This record gives sequence, C-alpha cells and structure tokens, in this order.
Amino acid sequence: MLGSFVGVLFDGFAYGMLLFLLSVGLSVTLGMMNFVNLAHCSFAMLGGYVTVTLMDRLGWPFFATLPVAFLAAAAASAALERALFRPLYRASDLDQCLLTIGIVFVSVAGAAYVYGTVQQPVQLPDYLRGAVTFGSLRFPVYRLFLIGAALVVTVVLVAALEHTRFGARVRAAVDNQRMARGLGIDVDGVFAVTFALGSGLAGLGGALAIEIVGLDPSFAFTYLIYVIIVVSVGGLASIGGSFVAATLLGISDMAGKYYVPQLGAFLIYLVMVGLLMWRPTGLFGRR
Amino acid sequence: MTTSGAGAAPVLSTRGLEKSFGSLVVAREISVAVPPGVRYALIGPNGAGKTTLVNLVTGMLRPDAGRIFLGEDDITSLPPSERVKRGLVRTFQINTLFPHLTALEAVTLAVCERRGHASTWWRGLPAYRDAVDEAYGILASLALGADCYQLTRALGYGQQRLLEIALALATRPKVLLLDEPAAGVPRGESPALFAAIAALSNDITVLFIEHDMDVVFRFASRIIVMVGGRVLVEGTPPEIAADARVREVYLGCTRHA
Amino acid sequence: MATVSLEALRGPHGYLRAQTRWRRTEIAFWLATLLPFLLFPSYLQLASQIAITALFAVSLDLILGYAGIVSLGHAAFFGLGAYAAGLISKFGWGEPLSGLVLASTLAGVAGYGASVVVVRFRHLALIMITLGMGLLLHEAANSASWLTGGADGLQGVRIRPLLELFSFDLWGRAAYAYALLMLFLTFLVARRVINSPFGLSLRGIRENAVRMPALGAPSRAHVRKVYTIAAVMAGMAGALLAQTTSTVSLEVLSFQRSADVLVILILGGAGRLYGGILGAILYMVARDQFSGINPQYWYFWIGLLLIAVVLFLPNGILGGLGRAAAWWRRVSP
Repeated sequence: MLGSFVGVLFDGFAYGMLLFLLSVGLSVTLGMMNFVNLAHCSFAMLGGYVTVTLMDRLGWPFFATLPVAFLAAAAASAALERALFRPLYRASDLDQCLLTIGIVFVSVAGAAYVYGTVQQPVQLPDYLRGAVTFGSLRFPVYRLFLIGAALVVTVVLVAALEHTRFGARVRAAVDNQRMARGLGIDVDGVFAVTFALGSGLAGLGGALAIEIVGLDPSFAFTYLIYVIIVVSVGGLASIGGSFVAATLLGISDMAGKYYVPQLGAFLIYLVMVGLLMWRPTGLFGRR
Repeated sequence: MTTSGAGAAPVLSTRGLEKSFGSLVVAREISVAVPPGVRYALIGPNGAGKTTLVNLVTGMLRPDAGRIFLGEDDITSLPPSERVKRGLVRTFQINTLFPHLTALEAVTLAVCERRGHASTWWRGLPAYRDAVDEAYGILASLALGADCYQLTRALGYGQQRLLEIALALATRPKVLLLDEPAAGVPRGESPALFAAIAALSNDITVLFIEHDMDVVFRFASRIIVMVGGRVLVEGTPPEIAADARVREVYLGCTRHA
Repeated sequence: MATVSLEALRGPHGYLRAQTRWRRTEIAFWLATLLPFLLFPSYLQLASQIAITALFAVSLDLILGYAGIVSLGHAAFFGLGAYAAGLISKFGWGEPLSGLVLASTLAGVAGYGASVVVVRFRHLALIMITLGMGLLLHEAANSASWLTGGADGLQGVRIRPLLELFSFDLWGRAAYAYALLMLFLTFLVARRVINSPFGLSLRGIRENAVRMPALGAPSRAHVRKVYTIAAVMAGMAGALLAQTTSTVSLEVLSFQRSADVLVILILGGAGRLYGGILGAILYMVARDQFSGINPQYWYFWIGLLLIAVVLFLPNGILGGLGRAAAWWRRVSP
C-alpha cells in the first residue's frame, strides 16, 4: 500500500516534470504577447518525431538526438512565428485560435502521412533502462533522468531570466509591453527569440516524452489540454508557478489513472473546468 | 473647502473616496458635491486622478474607502449598468464605439436598452418607431442626422466624438461625465463640440474633464482642480483664475514639461 | 455618396425597414433548396445532412457571429440533442416531432446552465472553458456506457414515420423534407432574433462588450438568453441527425464536430446568417466528393483552409463576395 503510494507519487512527479518542460515556453510567450497559441504541442510533437527518425532510421544515439529535437522545434516555430503568427498579434482571440488550430490539423495530418498512426517506439540506451531499488521501492532510471533534466532546465531558466540582459528584457516585456517599447526594447524581437526557445523546450519535452506516454499524431492535441491546465493554474510567465502546477497535475493525473482508471480522462477535464471556474478571469485575464 | 457654494442639494456627491494601486495612491479623501444643472470642469495636470475619479464614480473602479451618492441614494456598491439606469452616465476619453454599427443603429441600441425593449427578440426593430424617432432626434440635434446611416468607423473623428455624446444622451442622463470630450479633435473644432454640450438641457448636470483652458473658462460655470489624487480647490472660474495654488501647479507643470 | 443620399431620402424608418426586408436572392435561395428533390433524388440523404449541419452552423452564428462569444465546444448541445432524441426513441417514444421538441428543450436547459458559467469568461479563458466543457461531456458520455453505449454508439434507436405517413428510408425523401423544414423554421426565428432590438444589442456586445454596461445594458442577461436560444437550435440539429439516421455515436459530442462547425461558419462568413448555410453546403459536398481519402488527410486540407481564411478572407466567402460586389460597383459606371 505504502509502496504503491510512493510509486504513484514518484511516477506522478516525473510525469509532472515532463508537463513542465512541455508547457513552460507557452507560459512565458502567452504572458508576453497574449497570443493564443494552440499549436504549442505541435512543436513538441515535432521534437518527438525528430528523435524517433534520427534514432530509428539513422541510428543516432538517444542523447545526440535531444539537441536536434530542441533545435528543430525552435527553428520550425521561428519560421511559423515570422510567417503566420506575427501578422495576427493584434487580431482577435478567435482568429489566433483558428489559425493555430489550423496548424494543429496540418501537423497532425502531416505526422500521420509520414509516420502512420501507430505508436512510435524508442530504443533507450541500456544505462537509462532498469531501475534503482530501495528495499521494496523501485525507481526507474529513465524517470530519475527525466526529473534531473527538468530540474536542470528549471535552474538554467530561472538563472537566465533573473541574471541576464535578455532575461531582463523578457521580464520587462511581460510586465508592461508598452513601457518596454518606450524604453527602446525591441519587444517583437525579444518575443520571437523567446517563442523559439519556448518551442524548443517543448520539442525537447516531446522527445523525452516518448518513453513515458508514447508518440502518435494525436499527441499535438492530447497534450495541449495538459499544457493549458498548467498554464492556467501556474500563471502567465511564471516559471515557479508552472513548475508547481505541472507537479500537481502530474501527480493527480497519475493518481487518478491508478486509483480510478474507469474515469479515464474525465477527471482531468473536470479539474480543468473546475479550476477555471474557481478563477474565472483567472491568471489568463490579467490584462 | 470642497463643498459647493451653491444652495441646491447636490445631485452627485462623494465622501472621502480613496483608491490606490499597490503603493501608488490615485485618489485621496475626495469629497465633492455637484449641484444640479451646472457645467462643471474637472482640471489638473496629467496623473492628477481625474479619470480615476470618473471611473470611481461610475463604478468602473471600486474605491478602497468612501461613499458615492446620486441625489440621496448611496450608489457605492451598485454595478456600472445600474448606475447608468439611475441616470449617471459617462463618455470615454478614447472613442469606445461600435465600429460596425451605423450611428443610427448605435443610438437606437442605447434608446432600446433604456426603454427596456432590448430583451425582446420576437419583434423586428422597425416596429419600435418611437425609439427610432428618438434616436434620430438625438443624432439630428448633434448635427449627425445626415451621416447617421454610415458605419461608425467610417465617420470622421469629430463626428465620432459627437456620437459618444449622442450615446450618452440616449440613456437620458441626470449627470453626464465627459472624459475629455474633445480629445483628439482639431483645436479649431472643439468650440463647436462644446457649444453642443453647452446647448444640452439644463436638466442634465455636466461634469467634463478638459485640458484646454480657453474652453474650460468659456463653458464651465464651476471648476474643480485636482493634483496628485486630491482635490486642490473648487470654485467659480474667476476664483480659480485668481488662485495662487492653481497658478503654481500649472506653471510648475509647464516648467517640468 | 449616392447610396447615402438615397438612405437620407428614405429616412430612419425606411432605412431600418430596408435592412430587414427579404431580398430577391434570399427568396431564390430558399426556392432552390427544393431542387434536390427533382435534380438529385439519389443525393437526398446527403442533402438532409447538409440541412442539419447548416442548422447547427446557424445556431453557432447567433452566439459567435452576432454576440461575438467564441465557443470551441458547441458540439456539446448538438450531442445532447442527439443522445436525448435517440434515448427517447429507445425507451419507446418513437414519434419524431415530439421527440425533437423534447430533445431541443433539454439542450436548451443545458445551454442555459452553461451560459451562466460562460458569461463570466472572456478571451483565452472563454475559449478554454468552452473547450473544457465540451471535452468533459464527451468523456462523460464515453464513461456512462450503460446509458449511451459508450464507444460502440447508442443501440436500438427506432423512429416512427413522420406524421405516421413518411418513414425515414434509405432514399432520404422524408429525411430531407423534415430537416429542410426545420432548418427553414429555425432560420426564420434566427432572422427575427437578429433583426430585433435584442439582436441589435447582441451586435453591440460583439462590437464593444466593455461599452455596453456604460449604456445600462445587462450584457450578461443578453448573452445567457442568446446562448440558450442557440443551444435549443444546436440540440434540434443533433436530434434531427439522430432521428433521420437512427444512429447516435460518440462523435456527435467530439471536439472534431465543434471544430468542423466553426470551420464551416468561418469559411462561409460569420455574422451573416447565410454564411453558415453556404459553408455547410460547400464543406459537406466537398467531403462527400473526397470521401475516398482518409479522414486524417481531410483535416490536412481543413487546416490549410483555416489558415488561409484567417489570413486572407477575414469575413469568409460571403464577406469576400460582398467586397467584390462593392468593388465591381465602384469600377463599373
């Protein structure tokens, strides 16, 4: 009983770290531009498919694929930002939402066309398989690695945001866009870079997610819901908030699946609706 | 100091209004009493809290402390739409109109809302002849009669400012708060706009925010001067013109600007 | 300039009457909806599906096109209507008209309940709450398989012939007549709604929601009302689908259906009443023509179409046609 409880807690925490990687970029870019980007998880999915392709077809080692997954997602998002998103920054929520749903549809269909609808396997290196045991408790190595990676990313992000010039510009742009522009900060440029970095992190998350949740074309939509919950609970442009929210969501989702599996995804949607109702203007409606 | 010299019972009054955003205090101890029928000007340098006062009075902001009265009634906790129904109406500094409605439609909308027709969905709009006549009458009185079939966004800027006032009039206000009614209008055109305001019925008490001192001294019968979220002084135009503190505030401002 | 003086000549009453008058093209359009009976007798099943989808799109137009309330979960009411109509018949009440009324009423009650929640939201949060409520209902129907049949769909839907005379057969004559009549009646109601003082206030909410309270308008009450009306119509569309096809599957509640109707409306042109109908015709005919391709790839084109419409055709096809017509009037003397 205690063992399963600790197991759920541990798995949930690892899952939460995955959700954190997937959502932190959206949290920051939403806070900055209020741009409704429902295609965020398409970039995550792209990262996942890059890793699968490099490993399966080109025989790259797992670790070597991760930076490429990051870069591919970042580059793709930068191109889309330039071509499609930028003209719509001042458009209505509906237009932003429709455009990005369009991108989700295209990316899902594209992935299905290239890879089919089957789950993509990923062959982990030996040293990431197996588990560490403490008495009766088992801790899978891959999840430990995932937690470690997410913690490193968190520390780097917080440090970069607090202590670099670029981070200061990001904070200024989030805090008050008009004033930041007045101070001569190139908000559009800062946003473009942040957007690419955030999508890159999502791409990394997508690559790391394969072992935990699998990868098929529906990824871009399924995980969008989770990412949105994290952002709405954690608050806009708050790395700490996203971290806490993702942890809570990961653990509660894992507990729900373990203890009341018959409810399926119902529980998580209930959490989403409940949280939104609890804070209607919520963390979204800051402006 | 801030109570009105006029004898009639005030139509709008505030007692000790306070508001701050974090450490920034935007309204302190504001107590004003506006007698009926006057044309009041609210002046002061940028950031003096003029628009904040209008926002507090109309319910767009909630005061941290203090009360607001419309006539005898305490309206401090009423929602904005309820205050409008009781006759406390405002216009906005920036045009906040309905870009894709024609001017006639916009004013008819406001008239129908006031008359309680707006929840009727089973009768066509043309059936409400009285409401349409009233809307057209308001527009015509503001010289918008000929252009009222155009989409709002196709109207000239000065016409849009007039439409703001037309919308407010359609609600039959007792007290009309005009937040810089001539903002953005070419200097030469603003007297015409204020002439339209001055020509409003004396049943309507008007309080307007304005920066152009020529206009203020021509059209206001009383003036309130605000500085730093406080009411500095209140009085007739000659009293204000002679007030040393007011001169200091305004000269001080020009020196900093 | 010429048009302005014409309007000034008519006066405010003439102007407003002209806005709400039936145009010749409208009458021609509705007469043309009868043509499939003569010209495409083998496509009446498809025609009835189009009429149902058009009705669904018109209901979304009332809240999105007129009141400006974005919804990513409108299928919730469609699906409720479909399941209600299916269940009513399953439990022995197969008469279609009363089943339709019951099912739409139920959807309307649910719509009112949802509207109480929805009015508290704006912007992104509004998109999320409608999406969330739609997904929640879909999952609920999936979990409650004892009632809904879950992923296998509802079994045992039996609908009596319409007026005990016309049965819903494979040819779809009764189905199209029934769906078309309901579309037309609902359209008349929707048309009246948007031409009423209430409809004017809805457009005010769409144009400037913040300004409305400053005019003394009870915006939230307006939104609750139009949401309820739209939910009744969406429920009716769902019930029609269940009754004319005798099947109800989980798909009626899916996000895909909410997204489809949004695409249809945006493609045709929101806030124009006929936009949803035109969009439904184009979308359904195209899907029928390309029914050979995998649905996965169908959505590739839909996605591209969405992107293109948002970027290049902001008011849909009808808006584009209107602009083209205005341009033509300008260049041709």
